[in-house]
Amino acid sequence: MIANLELVIDICLLAFLIMIVFASIKITDLFAVTMLFGIFSFVSALLFLDLDAVDVAFTEAAVGAGFTTVLMLSALRLTTRFENVKHRHSLLGLPIVILTGAALLYGVADFPNMGDANAPIHHHLAPDFIRLTQQKIDIPNIVTAVLASFRGYDTFGETVVIFSAGAAVLMLLGMGHVERKQEPEKNLILWVVVKPMIALILIFGLYVQFHGDFGAGGGFQAGVIFASGFILYSLVFGETYARKVIPATILPRLSALGVLIYGVTGLMSLISNKPFLDYNALSSNPVGGQHLGILLVEAGVGLAVFSTILLIYYSFSGREVIHYE
Amino acid sequence: MNLMTHLPVLIVVVPLLSAALCVLFNNRKSAWLITLLASFFCFYASINLIQIVQEVDVIIYSVGGWEAPLGIELRIDALNALMLLVLSGSAVLVSIYALKSVEKEIPVQNQVLFYTALLLVKAGLIGICVTGDAFNIFVFLEISSISTYALISLGHDRRALHASYQYLIMGTIGATFILIGIGFMYVMTGTLNIQDLSQRLPVVADTSAIRAAFAFLTIGVGIKAAMLPLHQWLPNAYAYSPSVVSTFLAATATKVAIYVLIRFQLSLFGIEFSLLQMPFNKILMILGTIGILGGSVSAIYQSNVKRMLAYSSVAQIGYILLAIGLASEPGFTAALLHIFNHALMKGTLFMALGLIAFRFASTELSVMSGIGKTMPLTMAAFLIGGLSLIGVPGTAGFISKWYLVTALLDASLWPLALVILIASVLTLIYIGRVIEVAYFQPAPEGITQQKVPKSMLVALWIFALSNIYFGLYSDISLGISSLAVNQLMGVTP
Repeated sequence: MIANLELVIDICLLAFLIMIVFASIKITDLFAVTMLFGIFSFVSALLFLDLDAVDVAFTEAAVGAGFTTVLMLSALRLTTRFENVKHRHSLLGLPIVILTGAALLYGVADFPNMGDANAPIHHHLAPDFIRLTQQKIDIPNIVTAVLASFRGYDTFGETVVIFSAGAAVLMLLGMGHVERKQEPEKNLILWVVVKPMIALILIFGLYVQFHGDFGAGGGFQAGVIFASGFILYSLVFGETYARKVIPATILPRLSALGVLIYGVTGLMSLISNKPFLDYNALSSNPVGGQHLGILLVEAGVGLAVFSTILLIYYSFSGREVIHYE
Repeated sequence: MNLMTHLPVLIVVVPLLSAALCVLFNNRKSAWLITLLASFFCFYASINLIQIVQEVDVIIYSVGGWEAPLGIELRIDALNALMLLVLSGSAVLVSIYALKSVEKEIPVQNQVLFYTALLLVKAGLIGICVTGDAFNIFVFLEISSISTYALISLGHDRRALHASYQYLIMGTIGATFILIGIGFMYVMTGTLNIQDLSQRLPVVADTSAIRAAFAFLTIGVGIKAAMLPLHQWLPNAYAYSPSVVSTFLAATATKVAIYVLIRFQLSLFGIEFSLLQMPFNKILMILGTIGILGGSVSAIYQSNVKRMLAYSSVAQIGYILLAIGLASEPGFTAALLHIFNHALMKGTLFMALGLIAFRFASTELSVMSGIGKTMPLTMAAFLIGGLSLIGVPGTAGFISKWYLVTALLDASLWPLALVILIASVLTLIYIGRVIEVAYFQPAPEGITQQKVPKSMLVALWIFALSNIYFGLYSDISLGISSLAVNQLMGVTP
């Protein structure tokens, strides 16, 4: 019964996704489409949650439903609200899309069933990950162990991806500047409501950062949440004030510092001639070393993500508005 | 600490952290210096790694102390070592060249970020070429791709933005396809390590999931490698990007994609499955041949020399794909040799164009009349690169074409050998057009001897002379290539 219920929920959520996609193609009001994109991400997050991928759901909700929506709104401010529908549709696209979809369905046909206990992913490496996480790393969240330790090199790479994204946006858009006239109007109710919320968001961000070893979350999610607190402040109180709290010019350096914290933590083990990112070398007690290593690299990730997200937001929102006729 | 044992990871981590340092210091001169030092370190590391590989065959480095397949392993055999040499060698020359070229072409506020992105591209491409893990390839592909898009967009021509956007869309589709392919393989085997995958794949090879994975991976990598008909992003991306970027990309980026293609096809799926059973060898040969002819003919019709060379790159990729499609030992050797040699020729040619752009802010054929007299050293280097591209004996280009034609004749495919000869004539035509304008047309009134920075000339000439060196002494390139082919085909030397 329970299993069936999950299936029903999954089908409903997938149906939602399909409906949202068609709606966003059809609708020409870009503001509505932006909202639909946010809902799309949120429904995806629910779907991930239902698949027991809590960490992924967390990231999708924070980045997809939260931050990307803000960015799209920022971009929307620079253009018109309604789509110019007179553009041409390339007919070549249709067969390519159909072919790709067909190939995906063809490939999925031979997949093991969802939740099949005999599927290779449950037998080949997963038992070792579970056993070694308990033995050698000793933290409850195995996802964090895999991300930060077993495959810490990938996560280092992903942190650099975030850093590169920030550098790329900065190269294209610059840091932007704030003009007085585009500041939001003073709205007492918003001010009163948002002020305590920001405090809670920042505390929650810190919780997600440091509780990643035990529950869902970690540096990526924490960085986004922490940044969203500042973005909220900037939206309600005006960017001039936000930029006084954290100046735009310091953000690229903070992002670089995050990458350096991760990288230097990895290099520490080279001193005792252990491989890059071998946290056992960080302390006389290997398990303690693993804990310390994960704490440090997560801090690097959190810092890099936080500053890059805020940097991208500043770049977008600091653009001058050109009014098209 | 023993530096030598950690070279496989340091060759990636040093440029990555250098990129972060550039942003931290936020100073133009020091950013350049950091880039140069990091490039020299990578070159030093790759030379050492090649020597170690020749002694021990394969270097394995378990990152984090977790042995593969649990952790990520770096795995360097002769093929990786060859790629590292191409990448880090080009990187050193490009870094020397960059100082003056960047000063001229890139807005002041973006110069630090330019070096940062250049280092990230370098580190990303090197990262792809040292890892033994399929997902790790994707991660480093992302690093190099994002930075590449940003670098292309910095071209002073407004069309650079559109070219970058076009590449961004195509490249992202390619990367997504690669990720889908890796995901499908993971579902069927439960592992991401290439060595482990190659052992576990045969059991499940006869499933629709693995066939689909093969298709997605091949098309995804094909986009990145500008394999015909997925090459549309390349001509604009090369033509409108800053000189430093087009030089580095032309010498390395598509080669790395071809490396990934070879790695997936031969090491991961195995020659039997990918080339003969699928049967990808025929597809490769057909696409390769069309690419050679189509690219060469398109090159003839370009009025912008940079764009012309970009189309020529599509043709050169065709040579490499055709050689891989032969699925034979001489074929693979020819492919690897051409990866190496093509980097030398295109590096030279694009650098020479960068110097011309430095003086005339244009690479249109029309500005190049009489340039053989006004910029003699630059044009002489261009001539050497051009001769190498045509395949004149005594240049590097001759060696790889010779091996390709021999491999084709070995397989009794003489019509295709004829195609190579026709393509050489076409190359002669489009390079000849430039030479004709440069040497046999008078310079416009008032244009006299043009001064160019010495550092740029030095880098250009090292590139140009290496065409001749590796054309006369092919021991190094040939030695590593054949060792790599033996390892790929599972023959122990």
